[in-house]
Amino acid sequence: MTMLDYGPDAILMAGLDGRNWRLKDYEARDGYQALKKLFSDKVSPDKIIAEVKKSALRGRGGAGFPTGLKWSFMPRQAPGPKYVVCNSDEGEPGTCKDRDLLRYNPHAVIEGMIIAGYAMGATAGYNYVHGETWELYEQFEAALAEAYAAGYLGKRILGSDFSFELFAHAGYGAYICGEETALLESLEGKKGMPRFKPPFPASYGLYGKPTTINNTETFAAVPWILHHGGEAFLALGRPNNGGTKLFSVTGHVNRPGNYEVRLGTPFAQLLEMAGGVRSGHELKAVIPGGSSMPVLPADIMMATDMDYDSIAKSGSMLGSGAVIVMDDSTCMVRALERLSYFYFEESCGQCTPCREGTGWLYRVVNRIENGAGRIEDLRLLDSVADNIAGRTICALGDAAALPVKSFIKHFRDEFVHHIEHRQCLVKGDVEPKWGRTGAGFTMRNMKEAA
Amino acid sequence: MLTTDSLRKIDREIAKYPPEQKRSAVMSALIIAQDEKGWLSTETMDEVARYLGMAPVAVYEVATFYSMYNLERLGRHKLTICTCLPCGLQGALDAADHLRAKLGIDFNQTTPDGRFTLKEGECMGACAMAPVLLVNNKKMHDFMSYEKLDRLIEELK
Repeated sequence: MTMLDYGPDAILMAGLDGRNWRLKDYEARDGYQALKKLFSDKVSPDKIIAEVKKSALRGRGGAGFPTGLKWSFMPRQAPGPKYVVCNSDEGEPGTCKDRDLLRYNPHAVIEGMIIAGYAMGATAGYNYVHGETWELYEQFEAALAEAYAAGYLGKRILGSDFSFELFAHAGYGAYICGEETALLESLEGKKGMPRFKPPFPASYGLYGKPTTINNTETFAAVPWILHHGGEAFLALGRPNNGGTKLFSVTGHVNRPGNYEVRLGTPFAQLLEMAGGVRSGHELKAVIPGGSSMPVLPADIMMATDMDYDSIAKSGSMLGSGAVIVMDDSTCMVRALERLSYFYFEESCGQCTPCREGTGWLYRVVNRIENGAGRIEDLRLLDSVADNIAGRTICALGDAAALPVKSFIKHFRDEFVHHIEHRQCLVKGDVEPKWGRTGAGFTMRNMKEAA
Repeated sequence: MLTTDSLRKIDREIAKYPPEQKRSAVMSALIIAQDEKGWLSTETMDEVARYLGMAPVAVYEVATFYSMYNLERLGRHKLTICTCLPCGLQGALDAADHLRAKLGIDFNQTTPDGRFTLKEGECMGACAMAPVLLVNNKKMHDFMSYEKLDRLIEELK
């Protein structure tokens, strides 16, 4: 069996061959050792949280919030049920790392959730799995059954006085449920519409009980941190940016895929791991952290390191770690049209600026793309985006606005050319089979990767 | 009426949540009901509502909010192809056009023989493996080329 190659520095995805996801395989990779040691050494919840804080682990789902700090907000002594929830509703365009984690290493997520549950005094946990990845949901249930049978879940885990139940919950096609309070609403059997914050989930979460929600990759990193120490995890990355991170590299690279690298790795190195920009082309632009983050031109990107603080300094965000690569054949108007359509489709409709604004953005970008744009549309787009951002309950509004503003800021010429000449500035070197603008959207890309 | 097999599956979902929170199982219950019936009629949704002790409107709200529920009868095979930006850069838009041309239908249409309904999907969380296609919500096919699409269409009778 050939091993899956996530890069030489992989820790979460090390030693995986695509089939060895079962409990016995995980145990053979030192799995559940961290959990066993916590109970045999009677490590206190406070010490666990201190260790996670020391590791500088930050939320891997998009916001990058320090995990240890988040855990410390939970009122551990409060009576009654408390919950930990795993956000596996991976639907940020460009992101496909949790899929690999769940299908190749699900027990790392389970162990991380048990440790988190113990540290925060939780009574039960749920893993909310993206609806489109049904096979992962079934596989996770199978992994849970193994963990129950082995005594890692259920009553009095490993002879301790800690009891913890863990279940899988399937989503069914709503991007908004990746937002943590929308996810809670969805878990409660309602439409996934985000809640006002405050109150934050740590005080009023699932069923109104204290709840902490973390991303799949965040939980998966916890066993390693407890097993090897927070210092060791921190040392893999940079100060304030501990550990390794899974990056999903998509678009115009020769080997699209997931790569696990140390935080702080230069973008150029990550690009090389993904096989570089497809042959015969130059890098044009990169969205470094999932479709909700601002796009950056090639020169800025090539000078950036892949950690939370470096990407922020460059003018974008690390987000979920989805790196969308576009080469010089990409029509940026077309690219923005695809993004705007997504947010228009996925707005939950709760807040007027987002519900109305995302459709407005899409229709205007769409008419520019189709040769019916007017020069004043550029100012209009900017103004609509400004009237969405910061005026909605959740971050989807900002996520819809930021790409529009950044695309026009960095690639204004292309938009102007589209409007004035009713055609694309980018001339493809191949004739697209279906008449796409540019050549960035042709099937050819796939063939080269295959 | 849902079969006892479906109801047993729903019971298993209900057991995941606190006894007073049966409603949390509504998404799964609707998935199970849809798997059995192929789509969610008002009667089916009403039955789920009764079973979970929910107001029917609360079930309709869920069924209409989440995009993977079928609110009408569809072809035997619902093909959902992701057309987001990352997938598009890797050929998904061409793959979608290939399917449209081959099946002779547009998105949200069903072939006259009732075999296929074509849907445009949003991010499926498998972007690096694009083009990505879902069959009847459950089975994901990734790295789709024209050839693989043709073969899939051939196999799905």
